[in-house]
Amino acid sequence: MEDKPASGTVAAAGEPLAPYDNRTWLSGAAFPIDGLESLLLLLIAVGAAALLFGIFLAFYGHDPLAVYRTLYLGAFGTRFSLETTLTQAAPLLLTALCTLIPARVGLLVIGAEGAVVLGGIGAVLAGVALGSAPAVLGTVLTIAAGALAGGLWIGAAGALKHFRGVNETISTLLLNYIAIALLNHLVSGPIRDFSQTLKAQSWSIPQAFMIGNIPGWSVHSGLVIGLVVCLALHLLLRHTTIGFGMDVLGGNRRAAQMIGLPIGRLILLACFLGGAAAGLAGAIEIVAVHGAASESLVVGLGYTGILVAFLARQNALVVILVALLLGGISASGGLLQRRFDTPHAATTVLEGLIFLCVLASSAFAGRLLSRPRAS
Amino acid sequence: MTGTFDLGWWGVALAIVAGAIRVSTPYLLVSLGETLTEKSGRVNLGLEGTLVLGAMSAFATCYLMGSPWLGMLAAGVAGAALGLLHAAICNLPRVNDIAVGIALFIFGIGLAFFLGKPFIEPRAAMLPSLPLGNWSDNPAIRSAFAISPVFFIGIALAVSLEWGLKNTRWGLVLRMAGESADATRAIGLSVDRIRTLATMAGGSLAGFGGGFLSLYYPGNWNEGLSSGQGLMAIALVIFARWSPLRCFYASLLFGGASAIGPAVQTVGITEGYYLFYAAPYVLTLGLLIYSSSRTRTLAGAPSELSISR
Repeated sequence: MEDKPASGTVAAAGEPLAPYDNRTWLSGAAFPIDGLESLLLLLIAVGAAALLFGIFLAFYGHDPLAVYRTLYLGAFGTRFSLETTLTQAAPLLLTALCTLIPARVGLLVIGAEGAVVLGGIGAVLAGVALGSAPAVLGTVLTIAAGALAGGLWIGAAGALKHFRGVNETISTLLLNYIAIALLNHLVSGPIRDFSQTLKAQSWSIPQAFMIGNIPGWSVHSGLVIGLVVCLALHLLLRHTTIGFGMDVLGGNRRAAQMIGLPIGRLILLACFLGGAAAGLAGAIEIVAVHGAASESLVVGLGYTGILVAFLARQNALVVILVALLLGGISASGGLLQRRFDTPHAATTVLEGLIFLCVLASSAFAGRLLSRPRAS
Repeated sequence: MTGTFDLGWWGVALAIVAGAIRVSTPYLLVSLGETLTEKSGRVNLGLEGTLVLGAMSAFATCYLMGSPWLGMLAAGVAGAALGLLHAAICNLPRVNDIAVGIALFIFGIGLAFFLGKPFIEPRAAMLPSLPLGNWSDNPAIRSAFAISPVFFIGIALAVSLEWGLKNTRWGLVLRMAGESADATRAIGLSVDRIRTLATMAGGSLAGFGGGFLSLYYPGNWNEGLSSGQGLMAIALVIFARWSPLRCFYASLLFGGASAIGPAVQTVGITEGYYLFYAAPYVLTLGLLIYSSSRTRTLAGAPSELSISR
């Protein structure tokens, strides 16, 4: 960060301005990189990670090529594995947005894990309260309640950032732990279903509110919701004035202030939308998979979502591809474990390596295809 | 309470004190490490991964070699290695330290679970403790005051770091790198090198913290060993406003807060048990809200730090 411009402290539009660095590294606006270079960099980084992971595997006496073949088979090789991959990818599409949307206004939010939990709790409460509502209406309201809960949760972090200057990375990190404690508290007593003796879980939502599979596939239709939301957000971020305003704000806060953008509203909106996406992921886990809230909501969907957002370089369309890749990696974990007797964490090591290599590769953005510009 | 005497509510207080001492040690070590790193101008958000890898390395080494102190050494080396990795990537231009930390968090945990799988079942030798409660014949008091020497090493570290940051050349150079990279460069020192060393030192301290978890309390190795102490320690550093000595007080406070839940459970209070787990996090968030401001950075924050801008 040595070559960053000095942080601005001048109040331009009569509004006090917190010391704030222009986080162009985050929104990707600092260096106009073309799509081809972006793709090349991603491929090189993933290739480097695969190479390192291969060396690691060889060191532990496994044949890397055989492992990668199994990885492919377990992720995309058969219809069954493809269905597993799609099911794993569905929540990642949404949790990635929780990091992606705030990143466009220059905030680094890592609270998707907590927003998923809040979304799950919100969905269960709404679903149980709406007990006798007609099925479709009940489903819609249940899902909406989850999204609203997640949106308010991360929106609160955005408000703390805007009104009090509380660092959003730290506050969302803390909110994750508070959300998990809240979930554990609720399912251990206040909303616990005491007829379930095997594990602590909440009351169940009415069976009529559950959503089924995509016709002809054993993949729940939450995947479709995720895809639609990703596409809609891509349109919002790239083709509307709101999205443009967010990009200006993420690129240069002072410029945003000069041209009179509603900075506070944009920050709150970005955080709310991000949280709502993660809350939606939690609600879908409830209405499509679990039917009730429990520890099963806390399985790292949010943390993997951060990885997806960074791999996609904060682009909502690319998120779809990357979520498939990471969904595939986690889907093939089981097969890998059975075939080679590797620990389940092998896929986590691979994910970590990919993340590290992608971050390192961003140092070369803008230098790969074009000649270095005079600065 | 296994005491011959029923201590009642005094037992609760005793359990909180004993818990504070036991639970605070990893907090203390990790937060001291993070303070060092942040004082140099970088944030390492991956210390949770470092902590878990440290715990695994310590336990595995101790199991294979039979010496818990050798295990602690291994934890320190593993932590420094992850610190070096963090620093090496952050030294590249235009790479964000917070994002690298999150990546390292995933990588460290994956590596620890991968390499540590064979060591989940066995038992290994534990670190010894100092029997400071022997003046009493009450076994509850005796067990509460059997304190690990690592706790005292942590206190000594906190005091010497507090002094060293202010009064030694090293401390001055470290703080200068954290306050102004340009000034540091101007007198001919390498900012990247200072930050690399600080991140490695921070990583090894976090590794020791992990070693304490697996070799003393709770004293085993499994995948649920850490309950986020590495992440908490980052919040704790802000809570302590980047002062090693205040890190010690804050660790005790956090340790005590985490011990309230289990302690009140011993006298039969189970209502809201899980809410007590949230106590340290709510406390930190409350303090952050209280002490932050729109127009200035937190008091004591190194100005090169990305989270304080």
